[in-house]
Amino acid sequence: MSGVQKAWLALVGINLLIGGVIAYSAFASSASTKTMFLPGDTSHGHYQIELRCDVCHTEGSGLREDACLNCHADELKLAKDTHPASKFNDPSNAELLSVLDAQSCITCHREHLPEQTLEMGLTMPADYCYHCHQETLETRPSHANFAFDSCATAGCHNYHDNRALYENFLVKHAGEPDFLDQMIVLGLEVDSSDATSSPLTIDDADAPADWELNEELLADWSETAHAAAGVNCSGCHQTQPGESSDAVTAWSDMVSMQSCEVCHSKQVETFVQGHHGMRLAQDLSPMTPAMARLPMHVDAAHRELTCNACHPGHRFDTQTASVDACVGCHNDDHSRSYLGSGHHVAWQSEMRGEADAGSGVSCATCHMPRLEDSDGEVWVQHNQNDNLRPNEKMLRDVCMNCHGPGFSIDALADEQLIQKCFDAPPTIHIDSVDLAKARFDEQQRKREARRKKK
Amino acid sequence: MTFSFKSHSWIGILGLLTIACTGCGGGANASATSAPDAEPGVPYKKFSNAVHAVMMADRTVYASKVVTRLKKQDAPVEPSEYWEEEEHTIPLPAQMFRMGSELVFENPEAGFTYALKSKWPLNEQNKPKSELEVTALDFLAENPTENFYGEEELGGQKYFVAAYSDKAVAEACWSCHNDHPNRGDDYPEFAKDDVMGGVIVRVPID
Repeated sequence: MSGVQKAWLALVGINLLIGGVIAYSAFASSASTKTMFLPGDTSHGHYQIELRCDVCHTEGSGLREDACLNCHADELKLAKDTHPASKFNDPSNAELLSVLDAQSCITCHREHLPEQTLEMGLTMPADYCYHCHQETLETRPSHANFAFDSCATAGCHNYHDNRALYENFLVKHAGEPDFLDQMIVLGLEVDSSDATSSPLTIDDADAPADWELNEELLADWSETAHAAAGVNCSGCHQTQPGESSDAVTAWSDMVSMQSCEVCHSKQVETFVQGHHGMRLAQDLSPMTPAMARLPMHVDAAHRELTCNACHPGHRFDTQTASVDACVGCHNDDHSRSYLGSGHHVAWQSEMRGEADAGSGVSCATCHMPRLEDSDGEVWVQHNQNDNLRPNEKMLRDVCMNCHGPGFSIDALADEQLIQKCFDAPPTIHIDSVDLAKARFDEQQRKREARRKKK
Repeated sequence: MTFSFKSHSWIGILGLLTIACTGCGGGANASATSAPDAEPGVPYKKFSNAVHAVMMADRTVYASKVVTRLKKQDAPVEPSEYWEEEEHTIPLPAQMFRMGSELVFENPEAGFTYALKSKWPLNEQNKPKSELEVTALDFLAENPTENFYGEEELGGQKYFVAAYSDKAVAEACWSCHNDHPNRGDDYPEFAKDDVMGGVIVRVPID
């Protein structure tokens, strides 16, 4: 082979290699080389799934129309979105929309622009309210000195979720003290009345005969709500979740999330909406603390976040899941400070049986609150990010179980206090409640005057 | 040469067949796709009047057959502006109307939009926005028994616009509005049959 032929052969080989890498990067779902194609880092909300380009993009690198709502539609519905696209579809808004297209998520939430991305994934100048609400300066004299980039800060207004931040709500709760007389969160009664089977004991366990007996596991299981509700070993350890135990033909030592989902659908559904489980929703490997952008304990780096990560073994201990599981991984100031806070003291008192049930405040109390459905069922929200976007969402479902709205708003607006995990009263004051109350009182005075005049 | 001649002949025959087939096919296609005379379209004005009639009928039924009936029976349910927040409450008739219009806004198949607007809105977002809306609401206030029709272009799209006066028909409407905390100092004292605002229907002109 001549030197020229060798050179050509080498050139072809190099091109094939480069082409192969590019092809692999483009098509392999988990190829780390895909990062080459990222136009910029994704936000803290999306970086976990950034290599699943197809979740947001079409094959031609366009943006999928349904990309945002596929993951966030339920959340917006729950939040009773105050600025849904349908509010802007009135053609008379055309002029306003030419300035700020409020019909599209990506007007405000563009991705891969870390240098432009503000808190909450916002890529707009923070005074966006100005374009539609200029009349506020005239109709609300009390707002005359407020800048438009201060509207959507803690305790005043939010764009999507204003369930606890509108005048009627604030006025209604205006007189409440910083610390309520009764400081109790919703009870989580385990209701086994719907169970189709009778309570089970160790003797009823239906693990395969060749299973190596582990008395500790069996004892743990027999004391749980699972056994009380008639959920036998096969209920979780079968390879076809949801099938009746009679149909069990295959045993799996591992318990899949799908098995848990058979009975705990809301919990699993919300778990995969948050940062802990969002990778699983996109068929990626489970999240690990090693992947996190927040500070984590080094020794927890490789723990995989599935249901079992926080509800381990056969006890599924909700007490462990409420605090120990969280601080076992999280190593930021806020998480560490919790262990020295009054909230933790209250939690320890409750755990020792010295205080009322529901009076303690665990990590889960705030980040995985118990919610009540319209039918009265209480369940645990497992999307721990839900009430952090923005953090005022915590007011209604969490803070106001124990505190008045004014105190709660001030606390949630105090960044330093948040870092210290609320170990002291807030040091700043937000005027929301005062302004709402003053306006309400003024309106009432005018109303009375009108009535007298008549 | 023979081969060549035959070949050319076949090509020629194939060519003729192709032309013939294309011609036939074209004719057949033309025949198959030439729909009978297009259905006569509904004039914009007639369409607007029709959808407005349905809206008002539904709204009247809700107000008179649902809300009024509940009140007469002293039912433990009452209409409230904060119906989503407060127990035992239902939406105000005007809120029901607006929620319906928002569903139509969401529906790309609807082919029209509508909104309830007023020169004296209790919610600032319901004031007229385009020049034509201002003109229409002024016209309705001065001509309560007439409708307003016009055309305008918004965001590069032409629209046929119809506006219908929204009158104070039930005592509950004007008394609630007159006593509402959001009313301004110059808010008119509404009475029966006063024009409180207008329903604006828009149909895009193709």
